[in-house]
Order: sequence, then structure tokens, then C-alpha cells
Amino acid sequence: MAAKTKKTVAETRKPVVIVDNAHIIYKVFGTGRQVTGRLAKGGLLTKKLRYREVHAIKGVSFTIYEGETVGIIGSNGSGKSSLMRAIAGLTSLRSGSVFAFARPTLLGVGAVLLPALSGEKNIVLGGLAMGYSKKEITDKVHEITEFAGITEFIDLPMRTYSSGMSARLRFAIAASKIHDILIVDEALSVGDQNFRMKSEARMREMRDQAGTVFLVSHSMKSILDTCTRVIWIEKGDLKADGDPQEVIDAYNAFTESSTID
Amino acid sequence: MDIEKFAAENGLKRVGARPSFLAYLKESWAKREFAVALATFTNASQNAQNRLGRWWLILTPALQGGMYGIIFGFIMGTANRPQHFIEYLFCGVFLFSFMQQSFTSGATSITGNAGLVKSLSFPRVLLPFSAAIQQFINLIPQIGLLLVTLLLFGNPITWQWLLFITAICLMLLFGIGSAMFAARLTVQFADLNQLLPFVFRLIFYSSGIFYSVENILSKYPIAYEIMKFNPYSSFLTLARGLLIRDYSVTATTWWLCAGWAVFLPLVSVVLFWAVEERHGRED
Repeated sequence: MAAKTKKTVAETRKPVVIVDNAHIIYKVFGTGRQVTGRLAKGGLLTKKLRYREVHAIKGVSFTIYEGETVGIIGSNGSGKSSLMRAIAGLTSLRSGSVFAFARPTLLGVGAVLLPALSGEKNIVLGGLAMGYSKKEITDKVHEITEFAGITEFIDLPMRTYSSGMSARLRFAIAASKIHDILIVDEALSVGDQNFRMKSEARMREMRDQAGTVFLVSHSMKSILDTCTRVIWIEKGDLKADGDPQEVIDAYNAFTESSTID
Repeated sequence: MDIEKFAAENGLKRVGARPSFLAYLKESWAKREFAVALATFTNASQNAQNRLGRWWLILTPALQGGMYGIIFGFIMGTANRPQHFIEYLFCGVFLFSFMQQSFTSGATSITGNAGLVKSLSFPRVLLPFSAAIQQFINLIPQIGLLLVTLLLFGNPITWQWLLFITAICLMLLFGIGSAMFAARLTVQFADLNQLLPFVFRLIFYSSGIFYSVENILSKYPIAYEIMKFNPYSSFLTLARGLLIRDYSVTATTWWLCAGWAVFLPLVSVVLFWAVEERHGRED
């Protein structure tokens, strides 16, 4: 170990996620815009419909090392979620590539599991899908319910939950397991103060157990409290990447100047 | 520096790259409990929405059988009625609806579980698999009803009823294969769901649910030979031969059914795996 620490930082730190010149371009159909030229032709099976392209991420590159908790900031619609979905392998890149040490788990906003089923059944299903055995997850149901703070509503269908409750439950399910790479995409923004502190503590715990956490948030306090590095994405470009306080200061200066204009 | 090489040296893999076929099967098998739990939970929640609850699992097919029986067995004339009509019809309606539902629910299994697909990573093939299991759980009380009907109409219990268990297992495999195949097709051709009702209406009327394919096509031997390869018709022939008196099963029917039961799931799972990255994608 002593020999290792003598080496330079770049050599000893182990990369866990590499994003290399990533471009994400969405094709959005049904906008009513007429496609002209070659694309206008095409039969039923080749499916040439009217669409427009949205360039959501324009060549972003960074390398994340073991034990880092990365905050992702930027204004609404700047491409943060697209980038996170690409890291999780849920959106394909037009060009460039993403490498990761393990399959990242994305905890996104608004994704309900199965609205018709009770909270408890959703916990069991989520746990089984994450690779727990039936017995393991049955033993954990109580703990997860407690963490989410929804004990009295656990037998109600998830469609009856408030957005805060279902976000808490989803986080509790995902956080019951130590993930190598966990991406939390604004999933905590609807939670209350108490839950925010609990979940931030859980994320720090996960980081300490060699997990990597990405946190997308508009709460600079959350980011400062949990993250060791911050990446700022603006209109699909990587605007800054580095020390949390410095990047957040730059971001705040940027947003203030644009509101004064 | 070559990023790809740097990533490989540190044990990093490309995200979104599909796993090898064996690794895929292995993970699917490891998470099979998830698929079964999804099937039972979904079933329970669907049944809970009606006043009569799970009784509809028996009532719906019984009403359907009764309706077809009255229209095609009595109103439209009795000339083409096969022997032991009620047993023949119930066998056809119940088992056909299982095979049809497996296919149609498989087709919507990915889009219908968008919430799961968005928030959890698991082999997507478990969704059509689970859809078929769900239909199979629904089939079990119907088989009970079918057996009771058979006894009421004086069919003796024979050792062939044991072979019927084998036939049901083959049908389950066929159902799982259909669901995966349907899910795979909808990836390429999303409009399939609109066409399915018509396709199955066609198969329904041509598979001999309430008439005997053999009787109707006796004048057209070539057409009859072709119809033999219709898997739906084969499975119904197999079940009837085993359960209803005066009907029998040929070795050809067994081979055809076994062939479909092995071939369809195998081919479908390979085809499904080949486009794994595309399932549930939003772009």
C-alpha cells in the first residue's frame, strides 16, 4: 500500500466511468415539420415519417474515478438527464462511447414501478429484479418501508401515493443494495427535509463502500453536502468540471448574469 | 491515448453493449423469481378490480364457449358439428384463448411495463416470459372446468389424462415462445398490435375451434395437409385426442407439437436477445 501512495494521483486512481466524446441526438416524430428531399420518400415498412432532430448532448467527455460522488448541475433542458440515461445504457449515443466498471443503476424522476400494485409488492419486485432472492427481499421489506417512511401506506396501491412518497419508496428500494454505480436523477427533489438528510447520508455511506454516485439536482446545498466533484452541463456542452465550490460559484454567477439580462 | 484500450486495461466495459447469449440466459435464469412474482402480482391486482374477482377466470371462457356453442352448434345448423360437440368446443375455446393471450400479452409486455423498464435493469426477455406465465396461471382453473365438463358428459378418466399433463407443458413452452416472438416482432413493427385482433380472428376461424378441420377439408386433401402444420390446430387436436372419447392422437401430432414447443422458444429467445439494447428505448 505504501508503495502505491507514492505514485502520482493519475496512476493510482482507478477509473470507473469514462464518457468519451458523447453525442446524443433525438429524432422526434410527429412535430408536423415536413421532411424534404431524400427522406420524404419511403414506404410503409421503411418508416420515413416527419421528424426533427434535437442535439441534446454535444460531445461531452470526462473520466470518473473510484470513490467519487459526482454532482451534475445545469439549467432545465440542458441535457443532464439525457447524459445520465446514456451512462445507464438506456439511451443510445449517436457517436462516442461510454465505458463503465459495472452496469450503472439509474434512479430517475417520475418512473413509477407498477402503479396498480401495493408498495410492498413493488418492493418485492424491485428487489427481485435487482438480484435479491425471494427470501432476502422478504426479510428486507420492513427495513425498506421504514427507510421510505411510508409504513402506514405500504399496503395501498402505488398509484395512490403522492409524488414525494413514491420517490422516497423508489430511492429506498434502490438504496437497499450497495450499487457499484448509482445515478440519482432529481429523484430526491420531491422529498422533504428529513428524507433529504437520510438519503444524503445513505449516498455518502455508499460512496464509502467504494460505490460511485452521480447526483443530478437543482439543490446546490445537496450537491455541496454530498459531492466531491461537480460537472456543469449547459445546452449540451460540458461547461465546467471540478471542485464543487468552484463550479457552483461559476454556475451561480452564470445564472445571475443571465437573469439580469 | 486510446480510450478503448485504456478502458479495457482497467476492466471497464462498454455500456449498453449486449451480454453474450449464455450470460444473458444465465442472468434471466437467476432472476426467474422476478418474472413469476410479476405474473402472480399482476394477476391478483387485475382480479381485484371486479366484484366477482377471480371467478371471471372461469366465467369468461365459459360464456365464450357457450356463445360459440349456441351460434355455431345450434343456430347455424347442426350438419357440421363434430362428435361430442360441447367437450370439443370447450377444449378448443379454452386452450386456444390461452395460446392467443400469450401472444397478444407478449406483444404489449414491454410497453405495458414501461415503469419497470425505465427504472430497473434486468433481462427484458423476462417480461414476455412473465406474460406467458400469467396467462398460464389463468389457464389452470379453466382446465379444472374443462375436466369437470368432460366428466359430466360421460367421458371416462383414462391413463391418457396423465399424458395430457405433458401436452399442457408443451403448450406452456409454446405460449412462452409465442410471447417472446410477439415481443420481438413489436420492436420492428409497432403497428402489429393494431393488426393482431384480425390475425387471431383469422387463426381462430381456421383452427377448428367449433368444427372439425378434417371434416370440412376432406374434399381438399392438400389444404388439409397444410392445415396440419398450423400449430394452434395441432395443439387442439392433441388435447382432444387425449381427453375426449372416440378421439385419438397420432404420432405425427405429438411430433408437430413437440417441435413447436422446442423450436419457437429457442428461436424467439435468440431473436429477442439480438435486439436487447432496443427494448424499451425511447429514441
